[in-house]
Amino acid sequence: MPIIEIAGKPINVNEEGFLTVYDEWNEEIAKELAKQIEIPMTDEHWKIIKFLREDFKVQGETATSRRVQTVGGVPVKEQFALFPKKPAKKMAYIAGLPKPKGCV
Amino acid sequence: MTPSIVPNFGSESTNRKLAIICSKGNLDMAYPGLILANAALGEGVETMLFFTFWGFDMITKSRMNDLQFSPAGNTAMHLPGHDMHIPQSMMPAPGMTAVATHMLKKQIADLDVPEVPDFLDQIVAAGGHLWACRMSADMNKLSMNDLRDDVEGIISASDFIEMTEGAQLLFI
Repeated sequence: MPIIEIAGKPINVNEEGFLTVYDEWNEEIAKELAKQIEIPMTDEHWKIIKFLREDFKVQGETATSRRVQTVGGVPVKEQFALFPKKPAKKMAYIAGLPKPKGCV
Repeated sequence: MTPSIVPNFGSESTNRKLAIICSKGNLDMAYPGLILANAALGEGVETMLFFTFWGFDMITKSRMNDLQFSPAGNTAMHLPGHDMHIPQSMMPAPGMTAVATHMLKKQIADLDVPEVPDFLDQIVAAGGHLWACRMSADMNKLSMNDLRDDVEGIISASDFIEMTEGAQLLFI
């Protein structure tokens, strides 16, 4: 697996660029990741990223869009507005988590 | 150290479109179209669903909460977690459809997959488009008032074909 430099630190990622080590993530890195995929981070964006981080710690897997709505309290429509086109993957990427595995 | 790697989330201009024709009203056959539509929308694919024949029940207000699953005629139906079949001759027994429907609904809910009306809410929230078939509406004597409010219109098959030019198409 490659190691790349993000925000001045060596970070483990997979071949697509998703972080592979939960504890290597921090908010500085998230800002850098968001910039790379052209997402302007606002409080609403951070709310979702923080939910994903916390939920992963408990569940051991990345929340799907469905779960971000039902458990995280952010409607699917808003997720699409905040992270256009591919919300689930973009949210996971910025949160330093694997792509969600669930189908729904 | 490897130079930067950024995932490719696709350009804005891929223009991929998917059209799904939902023609079945059995609970088990309602889901494939919904799951694929939801997945496509999550990948940024413009998605249209066309409800026709028995699939009309999925968008008809008075029926959409009551889709059922019957194991009759389905030889791939096993008891949950087993390879064992119930003999087909027993499938028409009274109450069998209710029991099978209840079991399937529970299995689906256990996976945190929504019921059909909720699932369509989610699909519309994600930007999906719902269309109803003219001939099915006429046969069932139904109008827009009988359908989900987010159904965009009752259209003919040719309208649908015209509207989905260039789309990939799935018939379920």
